[in-house]
Amino acid sequence: MKVNEQIALDHGLKSDEYKKICQLLKRTPNITELGIFSAMWNEHCSYKSSRLHLKKLPTKGKKVIQGPGENAGVIDIEDGDAIVFKIESHNHPSFIEPYQGAATGVGGIMRDVFTMGARPIANLNSIHFGSPQHKKTKNLLRGVVHGIGGYGNCMGVPTIAGQTSFDSSYNGNILVNAMTLGLVKKNKIFYSKAAGLNKPVIYVGSKTGRDGIHGASMASASFDEKIEEKKPTVQVGDPFTEKLLLEACLELMAGDSIIAIQDMGAAGLTSSSIEMASKGNLGIEINLNKVPCRETKMTPYEIMLSESQERMLIVLENGKEEIAKKIFDKWNLDFAVIGKTTNSKNIELFFNQEQVAKIPVNILVENSPMYDRKWKKSKLPKKNKIKKEVLNKLKIKDVLKKVLSNQNICSKEWIWQQYDHTVMGDTIQKPGGDSGVVRVHGTNKAVAASVDSSAVYCWAHPLTGGKQVVAESWRNLISVGAKPIAITNCLNFGSPEKEDNMGEFVECVKGIGEASKYLNFPVVSGNVSFYNQTKEVGIKPTPSIGGVGLIKDYKKMISMDLKEIDNLVLIVGKTEGHIDQSLFARSILDEKNGPPPEVNLFNEKNNGESILNLIDRGYVKSAHDISLGGLLVAISKMCIKGNKGIKISKSKNLINEIEYFFAEDQGRYLIEVNKEDLKEVTKILDKNSVHHEELGIITQNDMIINEKTKVTIDELKSYYTNWLPKYMS
Amino acid sequence: MKSSVITFPGSNCDRDMDVALKKFGFNNKMVWHDDNELPKSDLVVLPGGFSYGDYLRCGSMASKSKIMQSVINFAKSGGLVMGICNGFQILVETGLVPGVLLRNKYLEFICKNVFVKLDNKENAYFKNLNKDILEFHIAHNEGNYFCTKDQLKEIKDNNQIAIYYCNSEGKIEDQYNPNGSIKNIAGIFNKEKNVLGMMPHPERMIDQSLSGEDGSIFFKNLINNIK
Repeated sequence: MKVNEQIALDHGLKSDEYKKICQLLKRTPNITELGIFSAMWNEHCSYKSSRLHLKKLPTKGKKVIQGPGENAGVIDIEDGDAIVFKIESHNHPSFIEPYQGAATGVGGIMRDVFTMGARPIANLNSIHFGSPQHKKTKNLLRGVVHGIGGYGNCMGVPTIAGQTSFDSSYNGNILVNAMTLGLVKKNKIFYSKAAGLNKPVIYVGSKTGRDGIHGASMASASFDEKIEEKKPTVQVGDPFTEKLLLEACLELMAGDSIIAIQDMGAAGLTSSSIEMASKGNLGIEINLNKVPCRETKMTPYEIMLSESQERMLIVLENGKEEIAKKIFDKWNLDFAVIGKTTNSKNIELFFNQEQVAKIPVNILVENSPMYDRKWKKSKLPKKNKIKKEVLNKLKIKDVLKKVLSNQNICSKEWIWQQYDHTVMGDTIQKPGGDSGVVRVHGTNKAVAASVDSSAVYCWAHPLTGGKQVVAESWRNLISVGAKPIAITNCLNFGSPEKEDNMGEFVECVKGIGEASKYLNFPVVSGNVSFYNQTKEVGIKPTPSIGGVGLIKDYKKMISMDLKEIDNLVLIVGKTEGHIDQSLFARSILDEKNGPPPEVNLFNEKNNGESILNLIDRGYVKSAHDISLGGLLVAISKMCIKGNKGIKISKSKNLINEIEYFFAEDQGRYLIEVNKEDLKEVTKILDKNSVHHEELGIITQNDMIINEKTKVTIDELKSYYTNWLPKYMS
Repeated sequence: MKSSVITFPGSNCDRDMDVALKKFGFNNKMVWHDDNELPKSDLVVLPGGFSYGDYLRCGSMASKSKIMQSVINFAKSGGLVMGICNGFQILVETGLVPGVLLRNKYLEFICKNVFVKLDNKENAYFKNLNKDILEFHIAHNEGNYFCTKDQLKEIKDNNQIAIYYCNSEGKIEDQYNPNGSIKNIAGIFNKEKNVLGMMPHPERMIDQSLSGEDGSIFFKNLINNIK
């Protein structure tokens, strides 16, 4: 087939991009070469619209071993141990085929982590669906949950935390973000940089089939009514093979055979081989006849663009082929020497003794397009004036019932019970807490991880929203007693070609950058997913932040369940009564305008560090951060989990009761302390100038508010737990 | 006391079981599915996981793997063989214990704590245990035990039912049945009671910081019984 501009356009390339290709090559590419360019230059692989802005994120820190640019980020957790982690989106495939889309998302992120030599020890996910009333939502939710479980459970990696939300802006574009943490020894980390000439290039894992061809290009385009036709671009997952691949790779990594290793993820053999060559400043030569294929008569074009799962590319030391082959034979996996490294700095492909492609590697990588897209700055919306009469008419109990049973607050146990969260025997905080926590096997340490997003705040004011998500991630780690170390981000947005959407992206990233810099909470890995839109409608901007922290002594871990009757609950951080963009305002008042709560980074840092100090001294019996839904929702969850009541007396605060209980002011926590420790605790908080006040005293049962409203624990439980199982049945 | 844990391709609770057995004093060896010989053992464990991906029927491929002939011979000569979760599914496929394990009634994987009631303490596994109700943990997609009426009568007559799903007080009722198992059965023995298959994972309950400690009670008692 002779390549022309139309064929390039059909591959998702822009007209000027095609011209640039011809210019750089000084000729017209053949079809295989064009396929390679389209795979490397699409948004998903090249980050062409986002690179300029991502560069500004803080990525360095004392604990950072590897920042963005590798398969995943790596942080130091002392004693020679390191955590490898990353979050990644699989949004487009999950909407087209929820089970396989979600499953391969989980498989892909785990591969990114074990490619670096780390054994995966925890999975997390952030999943977002359309309105519960939308006809597709239920099936998509079921399919995605089954897919995540199907893959993670089979791999034997616990799924320890997650986040689920519903919003009509996801009606036509659901989000599935999967995150994995792996554990590795600091001196046994593997990278994707090839080195040395004439080193054998090895293909291992599953055979290559015709599935997923152009998956990455599909993920770089908007949806329209023909979306069902894209089903063949979704990959099919085989967690069993991946489990074997994991064990085989770790077995090979225990020795000294590997120079570089790279998983075949998006854009398969194309991106993995080019990435290894590019990082090593080398060339690479591949004989495509040697690639193990599942189907007959596959063309070079298909082999290079297949996104078949569970495959790895390895550059080996000379003479180690036999050792490596023996391991992969033992695990019944394909093993083939398919090429070698060269000094040509070209990627050269051969098929049936003919050269079928020859492209200088630097053209594909360094010369890939980068755009400074036009974007629109958004203004901070004006505050709403909510009439006191409206608020005074509301009964606290009615509001609490509605808020606690709201789909975005209620218990997600129906979901996480379908995930094996206890395999590996180190899960010490299950899903449903502020963070999931797993012990570092065989040590006294534990690692906490949380995943968060606040699309509504980001939509109302992207800069504030970006800051808020990072702050919330930080709080969720603090609440379990972990010292926050670093984050990974998954940036889900609409089309970068639209100024509004691009503006949301730019400012969210700016907010994320500001907060992570201030909190010394650097970004070590991540991924961007644009074009989450159907026709002209984009999703609410949804950056998901995955935070990781360390608990040095796992016995000091904190959970949110109230522990002891007669203990006191304190509110740390100031309640100002910010109602705009709160779940209360949106769901009870039906008020969608106004600014999100302000994020004061000084307070976040100060409050968080003070809480960690109190935890370290053993004063905190339980803790929970106050986020979506506000104060009363936070204490309700603590009551439900601890099966205890509380007697609340609102302080002489001037704020209206409803505002006090349902405002979403930031930087706040609830902590349980013993009466005898109160003096010492308040002394420490005062010394650090941290605002605090008493919320109430823990009782046997019933939540009593200001002596007039009584809600039993059973009522709280039914509000909180009933919605999701009922919706799904 | 010597134990062996078999690793099949796709096993994923083999390490957890190794950790648990060692914690309570077993000298444990990991045995590869493709080996011919079992090392000298007082107890053989088939661990949980997804052997061979469970792509055919759960446990069916593993039941035909090389090492299983030695395991079957060991069981037939009276050796203790315990299958947990996928290990139970493998045992069922070998025919060492009767019945089959179907997909959970609500067609969903389920991971949570459950209570089980011991039915029979006249065996090496539960003898001398000072509790009748244990809190264990389940994590499976195919734990819905089923057998024919005749088989049910037979296993009842032979006291082969090991544990039932129940509530914290030991009530065996439908509402405490997590997966639709016939008669709330969570685990069964062979006729001779040296082979035990059960869905719950005692190895996940061996530390106060984990889901609970009733697994510790189980393993401590087990090693004492074998000594």
